[in-house]
Amino acid sequence: MFELFTRLADAVTWQMLGLVPGSQWGESVHFFVEDTLKIFTLLILIVFVMGFLRAMIMPERVREIVAGRSRLVSYPLAVGLGAVTPFCSCSSVPLFIGFLEAGIPLGITMAFLIASPMINEVAVILLAAILGWKVAALYVSAGLLTGILGGLLIERLKLEKWVEDYVWKIRMGKVFVPEPDTSWKGRLAFAKKETREIVGRIWKYVLIGIAVGALLHGFVPATFLAEHASADNPLAVPLAALLGIPLYSSASGVIPVVESLIGKGVPIGTVLALMMSVAAISLPEMIILRKVLRPQLIATFTTILFFAFVGVGYAFNMLFA
Amino acid sequence: MKKITVYGSGCRTCANTKDLIRQTAEELGVEVDIEEITDTAEIMSAGIMSTPGIALDGEIVHAGSQPTREMIAGWLGK
Repeated sequence: MFELFTRLADAVTWQMLGLVPGSQWGESVHFFVEDTLKIFTLLILIVFVMGFLRAMIMPERVREIVAGRSRLVSYPLAVGLGAVTPFCSCSSVPLFIGFLEAGIPLGITMAFLIASPMINEVAVILLAAILGWKVAALYVSAGLLTGILGGLLIERLKLEKWVEDYVWKIRMGKVFVPEPDTSWKGRLAFAKKETREIVGRIWKYVLIGIAVGALLHGFVPATFLAEHASADNPLAVPLAALLGIPLYSSASGVIPVVESLIGKGVPIGTVLALMMSVAAISLPEMIILRKVLRPQLIATFTTILFFAFVGVGYAFNMLFA
Repeated sequence: MKKITVYGSGCRTCANTKDLIRQTAEELGVEVDIEEITDTAEIMSAGIMSTPGIALDGEIVHAGSQPTREMIAGWLGK
């Protein structure tokens, strides 16, 4: 399906730039050119189509849907809807307060906040297009599982005491629920705007991801990774998860790195642990959440996620060895 | 004069929204008074859960994303 991009990259790298196939720089540049063309084409296409379909749901609706249901239903619902709810990270705080204000338990609110940045429809389709539906399905199930487990644990530990006091005092009036314009014209305008906004926001992360993927592809020998990052090395998964915590990127931006690592034979669980960790936890997000969460809860939340990623990583490495 | 309130925690999308409203109003020759509310409790009490939220003369008309130029023109009555 993507042969066109390979041929274009062939032409640019070998003919125009005169690099040698099989050389380190040659292979790196080839990966970079091919992935830049491929990923940006796909990204623009996916964001536009999803915007046109308006295949998403506003957080206000999620709040209405999840509030007052039994935990058996609300946990899967919260993480599932988290995947198709777009919100910019600066909305995390009002969203968090809005959920609690509707009487949604802290655990379920956190489950939603964990799953939402990790799984989004654009990243999932991109992952499926590049690495196949199997990897995409695994990533989604890993994300959903982490969200539910993380939320349940926060609930069990009764961490409400570590939510800032003022949060519990806020009373919302009638909540404004945005109504999307679903006419053809409205859809088209929205799709264009979404494409500009989303691609405008994440292109840097994607480009950095491609560059990292390209360097890994060209310069890091598969034997090195086989030795240090294989399933035989029990430290590889925790290291991958740890490495991703301070790193910040959108889920789509990690995909080229994932592609490169899988191409080098790094096991799927290890790679997914890294991808989840980069997408789910980041310093800017923690700073934003600090407005509503005490440092103890942020630390606990990060620790829980770390162990969840490690658990999921090991499990997948075992299942798909 | 129209009064527009932008509710947002000071993120980029919120700042862009404010700029776009000002710019659109200028282009259309409509006088507007743009107020910005950044306090979380105040934003929430207004019934806004996803930012940026926009109120026109005190009534909320939009929330959750940067509005399009056409939407803004509509609010300004053009």
